[in-house]
Amino acid sequence: MKILVGYKRVVDYNVRIQVKPDGSGVVTDGVKLSANPFDDIALEEALRLREKGVAEEVIVVGIGPADLTSHLRNGLAMGANRAIHVLTSEAVQPLTAARIFLKLIEKEQPGLVILGKQAIDDDANQTGQMLAALWDRPQATFAGKVEIADGKATVTREVDAGLEVIEAELPAVITTDLRLNEPRFIKLPDIMKAKSKPIDSIEFSSLGVDTHDHLKTTHYAAPAKRSKGVMVKDAAELVAALKQKGLL
Amino acid sequence: MSKILVIAEHLGGKLNPSTARAVSAAAAVKPEAIDVLVLADAPDAIAAEAAKIDGVSRVLTVTRAENAHPLAAVLAPQIAKAATGYSHVFAPSTTFGKDVAPRVAALLGVAQVSDVMSVEAAHTFKRPIYAGNAIITVEADANHTVVATIRTASWPAAASGANSAPIEALTIDAALPTHTRFIELKQGSSDRPDLQSASKVVSGGRGVGSKENFDIIYKFADKIGAAVGASRAAVDAGYVPNEMQVGQTGKIIAPELYMAIGISGAIQHLTGIKDAGTIVAINKDGEAPIFEIADFGLVGDLFKLIPELEQALG
Ligand SMILES: Cc1cc2nc3c(=O)[nH]c(=O)nc-3n(C[C@H](O)[C@H](O)[C@H](O)COP(=O)(O)OP(=O)(O)OC[C@H]3O[C@@H](n4cnc5c(N)ncnc54)[C@H](O)[C@@H]3O)c2cc1C
Ligand SMILES: Cc1cc2nc3c(=O)[nH]c(=O)nc-3n(C[C@H](O)[C@H](O)[C@H](O)COP(=O)(O)OP(=O)(O)OC[C@H]3O[C@@H](n4cnc5c(N)ncnc54)[C@H](O)[C@@H]3O)c2cc1C
Repeated sequence: MKILVGYKRVVDYNVRIQVKPDGSGVVTDGVKLSANPFDDIALEEALRLREKGVAEEVIVVGIGPADLTSHLRNGLAMGANRAIHVLTSEAVQPLTAARIFLKLIEKEQPGLVILGKQAIDDDANQTGQMLAALWDRPQATFAGKVEIADGKATVTREVDAGLEVIEAELPAVITTDLRLNEPRFIKLPDIMKAKSKPIDSIEFSSLGVDTHDHLKTTHYAAPAKRSKGVMVKDAAELVAALKQKGLL
Repeated sequence: MSKILVIAEHLGGKLNPSTARAVSAAAAVKPEAIDVLVLADAPDAIAAEAAKIDGVSRVLTVTRAENAHPLAAVLAPQIAKAATGYSHVFAPSTTFGKDVAPRVAALLGVAQVSDVMSVEAAHTFKRPIYAGNAIITVEADANHTVVATIRTASWPAAASGANSAPIEALTIDAALPTHTRFIELKQGSSDRPDLQSASKVVSGGRGVGSKENFDIIYKFADKIGAAVGASRAAVDAGYVPNEMQVGQTGKIIAPELYMAIGISGAIQHLTGIKDAGTIVAINKDGEAPIFEIADFGLVGDLFKLIPELEQALG
């Protein structure tokens, strides 16, 4: 079985994002870019399934501009067999991303697609669910544990009420939560090896994906700031202050 | 004119309070009607609760055995059919809503607006990106249905009690898939207030040190009638179960009082508490970033300070 993995490049989670003063966007020039943490987890899970013999091939998919190649090389260095780069300089929203993945699925016929539950830039949390709907296949979102056997995935999902276990017939879409696994680190020799692994570039326009019905972002603003409060000297003063506010 | 369909979230025959928050957001659109859709195997009690929420015009029920558990693949085709004639479909931005709403949006072939914080106009909304470090204004296509999830911490629950909206049964002719099956829900049983709707929350972080030590947090929370939350580090370390995580990838909450104990204040944690009324931080490190946003800060060892707080409470 083949596993298709979403491997998105985002602003690194340690970067404190600044909104441009004119409200036209956020400052991304010169900031550190990394793999979306949830996608590193997705790739790690796929690699483990390959190591267990459940899958034969792991393919990382990136949708973005020409310079995405170096990022995809990281995915290859981590262990993916090959990469698909869907080339576009346009903003790709979740519904379009899902439609792109569907096109790739038609071509690659994977048994499993693993995406991050959300990308930490737009925090949309949509692509996997949309893809599952368009593909008319099961979705197992927010996965904390995945077991594959007998043509189905048994997935423990992290939900508000606790842990939900569902069973999904393959092929299916899984989206990862943080506790699914701890991604491995890339080692130097792997970076060398990755240089010879194939990256298949596909022009977005050649896929014939419908891109209408986009949300238009008209303004960016910094969030309302909470002001720094006061330091109290001891427990008694804290309790008194909270009682005075009617909170205790 | 707008007509809004709000998807009810429920568990164990009870309506989840997040539904009334989604109704508040729907009311902000100033629609001609707000209907609540209850998909369940036995919807009567849930529908009766929904009918009492202020602003609700009608409650629509779909009774099917397949709706016993909230499987997105099963619910989405029914919701997509029920959405005909509505300008908006809203669901709470809980794990339930996040799971099902994008599937509905894709079936309708429309974009989704995630985590609506405010309604600027019928098709214009504000939502957070980058863990809440930027707030964007987005416009959805006015010719299409708007599918949106509602950031519950941004909206008060619509009042309940004065209304008695009519309840109508819907029959939806949709083929439902059998490729996805519910096995079980492992729920931490707790008599404490619900984390997502509690007015007071006490959270512990890595500083608490162990699962056993967390008892000190539970005991203090019980004393002041608070729900208990945690940082990701505390969950990852196995001190507490996953459903207690507060933050970007956990629960986003807005209690009147939030007490962060042994939590450093990482940006991903703060995302979850931005809308809290009063934030109290207790940390032995006076330089911890949590103090930058706390209304009241107290520097010291939590194992010494919590007993002192209990004593001061009397
Ligand atoms: C105003 C604006 C400007 C933008 N500018 C750009 C731009 O300059 N360049 C650009 O590339 N995008 C741009 N985008 C697109 C944006 O960054 C996201 O790719 C898109 O909105 C998907 O949202 P998400 O990643 O939050 O989706 P989510 O649903 O949160 O993503 C979930 C998962 O889907 C998969 N996935 C989603 N998108 C991709 C992808 N692109 N590649 C691989 N896997 C993916 C990943 O596994 C990810 O973890 C822009 C978006 C907006 C709104
Ligand atoms: C993609 C992504 C998503 C994330 N999502 C979340 C999320 O949803 N929620 C979340 O919380 N985190 C999240 N994180 C993790 C986050 O970055 C932090 O690692 C985490 O919040 C740290 O938890 P902490 O404050 O408990 O631990 P630490 O940062 O280790 O802080 C422990 C604190 O306890 C104090 N302390 C220690 N002993 C005592 C004592 N005896 N008395 C008093 N104080 C003491 C220390 O001074 C320290 O400040 C996410 C990270 C990533 C990359």
